Amino acid sequence: MALTSDQVKRLIESVAKTVIAEAERLTALDQAIGDGDHGLYMKRGFEAVLADLDGLSRKPLPDAVKAIGTHLVMKVGGASGPLYGTLFLTLGKELPAEPGLADVAKAFGTAFDAVRARGKSDVGQKTMLDVLGPVGDVLAQASTDPHLGDRIKRVATEAAETTVNMKATRGRASFLGERSIGHMDPGACSSALMISAVVDCLETL
Amino acid sequence: MSTNVGIVIVSHSPKVAEGAADMVRQMVGAEVPVAWTGGNPDGGLGTSVPAIIAAIDQAWSEAGVAVLVDLGGAETNSEMAVEMLDAARQPKVVICNAPIVEGAVIAAAEAASGAALDLVKKTAEELSPQ
Repeated sequence: MALTSDQVKRLIESVAKTVIAEAERLTALDQAIGDGDHGLYMKRGFEAVLADLDGLSRKPLPDAVKAIGTHLVMKVGGASGPLYGTLFLTLGKELPAEPGLADVAKAFGTAFDAVRARGKSDVGQKTMLDVLGPVGDVLAQASTDPHLGDRIKRVATEAAETTVNMKATRGRASFLGERSIGHMDPGACSSALMISAVVDCLETL
Repeated sequence: MSTNVGIVIVSHSPKVAEGAADMVRQMVGAEVPVAWTGGNPDGGLGTSVPAIIAAIDQAWSEAGVAVLVDLGGAETNSEMAVEMLDAARQPKVVICNAPIVEGAVIAAAEAASGAALDLVKKTAEELSPQ
């Protein structure tokens, strides 16, 4: 899939605006089981991305994705900075300029592993990995499903919901032990939001 | 430039980081390069990769730098900061798995004796439950 500079711009803008619009909800989730800054931090990171929107959209897709990662690393200020930063930096490094579905699946798999390593975590610990993992599995198995976009969105949303009943064993929420059960993980929520925003935007291009 | 290992303190709170650095200086004076950073890029609680890189520069010693961190994000951001240093510097910076205040003080005391980076890290980490 070859994206024009205008399409890259719309894609980045839509992800950034989605995160910014949902910042309060993310913060509320984080107030329940963490340090209550996830929405604020993600908003700060993606405001830096929006401020550089013209510059980003002039770059080839892989470089634009990498540059998003750098903005998040430098601006976010919490663990979500290096975690999402690593996700975008690795995606940018792995994606070819005109990626097909197989390229996206492969890059996503590598990026998932990189986030796992960065967070010294794995699926099942009530983190963003609980969304990225199942979405990566769908991508890896995808062929020519005409409803792939819907399936990815459904899997991402349901995966975020499954974190509600999990007990956190990594991250700040793990300090709460059993009391972390009953709340959605904020990182899982932001991951699902971003993935859905990417799918929605790609479908309109 | 000091020949002793430098110490960097990275806390979510600038007050904790500065206070820990004060305790380190009380123990070792100017014998050990010490730098601290705390707070996110807007000044609230959190940590900042550019600020951590700046603190490592400030406490730089050819003998290396030991970084003491508090909670998750401080560790993850410090790891990211280390990876963004020049390749030649990266192996000379270690993040210690130790309590931030006690770890910083004991690491600095060890560093003041001229100990190598490995030993400074090991001494700080002896404070952590194994």
